Amino acid sequence: MNKLIFGRYLPMNSWVHRLDPRDKLTLSFFFFILVFMANNWETYLLLSIVTLFSIWMSKIPWHFFFRGIRPLIWLIIFTVLLQLFFSPAGSHVYWQWGPFLITQFGIVNSAYVFMRFLLIIAMSTLLTLTTQPLDLANGIESLMAPLKIVHFPVETTAMMLSIALRFVPTLMDETETIMNAQRARGVDFGSGSIMKQIKTVIPLLVPLFVSAFNHAEDLSVAMEARGYQPDTPRTHYRQLVWHRQDTISWGFYIVVFIGLLALRQLP
Amino acid sequence: MAITFKGVTYDYQAGTPMSFSALKNIDLTVPDGDYLAVIGHTGSGKSTLVQHMNALLKPTSGSVTIGEREITSQTNNKDLKPLRKEVGMVFQFPEHQLFEETVKKDIMFGPMNFGKNEVEADQLADQMIDIVGLPENTADRSPFELSGGQMRRVAIAGVLAMQPRVLILDEPTAGLDPQGRTEMMAMFNRLHQEQGLTIILVTHQMEDVANYAKHVLVMDHGEAAKYGTAEEVFTDVEWLRANNLDLPIATQFAHQLTQRGANFTTVPLTTAELAQELARQLGGKRHE
Repeated sequence: MNKLIFGRYLPMNSWVHRLDPRDKLTLSFFFFILVFMANNWETYLLLSIVTLFSIWMSKIPWHFFFRGIRPLIWLIIFTVLLQLFFSPAGSHVYWQWGPFLITQFGIVNSAYVFMRFLLIIAMSTLLTLTTQPLDLANGIESLMAPLKIVHFPVETTAMMLSIALRFVPTLMDETETIMNAQRARGVDFGSGSIMKQIKTVIPLLVPLFVSAFNHAEDLSVAMEARGYQPDTPRTHYRQLVWHRQDTISWGFYIVVFIGLLALRQLP
Repeated sequence: MAITFKGVTYDYQAGTPMSFSALKNIDLTVPDGDYLAVIGHTGSGKSTLVQHMNALLKPTSGSVTIGEREITSQTNNKDLKPLRKEVGMVFQFPEHQLFEETVKKDIMFGPMNFGKNEVEADQLADQMIDIVGLPENTADRSPFELSGGQMRRVAIAGVLAMQPRVLILDEPTAGLDPQGRTEMMAMFNRLHQEQGLTIILVTHQMEDVANYAKHVLVMDHGEAAKYGTAEEVFTDVEWLRANNLDLPIATQFAHQLTQRGANFTTVPLTTAELAQELARQLGGKRHE
C-alpha cells in the first residue's frame, strides 16, 4: 500500500509545485484532450517529451516517480491485451485462435492505448504529487464558480470534496492500525485461500466503518459548534492568485498544441 | 521469553524522499518475566519500538530476537503466527479493533485464530470476562452498546484470551477514569505476579511506572536515551527535568524536601515508600 504514490502529495518546492492549482487542473485537462487527439507515433513522441519535461520541472526524483506508478502497469497491460486480442478483423491477420486474433490494426491500436494510459496516469500523478489536496479542492471550487448562476451548490460541493480529501490519509492510517491490531490477534492478511482472504476483510471493514461514522459525527458537531452554515457566502484563508508563470505554462502548452496539430497532418 | 534488540534501526518510508528514522541503533534486552516501562515524548519512537516485539515491523537494519526467533529485514512475513501468539499486543485505544456481533465472539476471535476449538475458546472467553472485570451479562451483548471503558476491557480480554507469555501494552489506560485506570493497572500487575507474564508498558503515567515497573527505558528522538531500574532513572532529577519528563508525585515531593535540607538514602518512588521513610526519619511509629 505504501508503494503506490498515485493520488499522494509530495511536499517539495519547485516551479511546478508553486503553480496555481487552477492552472494545473486546467492544464492537465487540456493535456488529456491532447492525448486523445494524438494519431501517429510522432504526436505520441511529442507528448511523451512534454510529460518528461513536466516531471523534470517538478524536481521529483525519476526513480521515485516511476517506481510509484509501476503497480498500475498491470491495469495497463490488461487493457492493452484486451485491445490486442479482440480488435476487429479487417486488416492483415497474423494469428488466430478461436475468438482471439492478432491483426496489424490491433497491434498498432494497442500500442496507442498503452501510450495513452501511461501519459494520462503520469500526468495525473504529477498533478496530485505537486498539489496539496486542499489546494486542489479550492481550485475546483474556483473553476466551478460559474455554476452558481444555475444554483448549483458549489461551496457545499467543494466543502464535501475537501473533507473527503482531508480524511483520506486519516483513514489510511487507521486501516494500517486496525490491520496491525488484527494481525496481532492472528489474522493473516493476503495469504491462504480466497475464501479465507474474504473472511479477513470483515475484522478490517467493520472497525473502519465504525470509525468513519464516528469521525463524521464528531466533525459535524465540531462544525456546527463553530457556526458553520452551508448556504452563507464564505471567504478563503488562502487566496488563489494567478501569476505570470501560470500564463507562461499555458503558453507552453498552446505551443505544444500547435505542434501537435502540425504533426497530425503527417501521413 | 526474552526479547533482545541488536543495533535496531527502523526507517519509515525507506527509500523515498520522505524517509525518516524512527529508531536509531537500539540495543536492549528484556529478560523473561520483566516488567519494562517505556517512557518518552510523543513521537520519540515508543510505539515503533514495541511493534518490533511481535514482528509487526521488521528492523531496517539490525536484528530482534524474540525467544528463539530472530527477526531481521530479510525475515519472511509467513509463519509469524506462532510468534504473535506468544507476544500479545494491546494497541492504543484497542476498542477500535472490535468488530464481532457479541462481546464473547470478539474475545474468542484471537484464540480461535491460534488454533483453539470453539469449546476451549468459549471457556477462555468466560475466564477473561471475569479477569478484566466485565459484568457477566455483557457476554452476549454487542460490544458497540457498551461504554468506552467497557469496550476497552473487551479488547484487552480479547488479547489476554490468546494466553500470551509476553504482553505489550501501548498506553492501555489513556482516556479512562482514575478508578478504571487503577483497576486495570492492578489487574495487569496481578497477571505479572501470578502467571509470570512479561509486561512491556508504554506510558505517560509516571505513577504507574513507579508502582509497577522493574526497568525503565527512556526514548528520545528514536534513541534509547536512558535505561535502568525505576530508582536509577528517577534519581537523575536534573536530567529528567532537562528532557521535560515528569517525576512520580512522591519523588517530586521528596526532591523538594531535599532542596530544603532533608536527606534520603534511597529515592522514594511511591507515596507509601515516602510516608514510611518520612515516618522513620521523624522518629514516628512504624505503620504496617
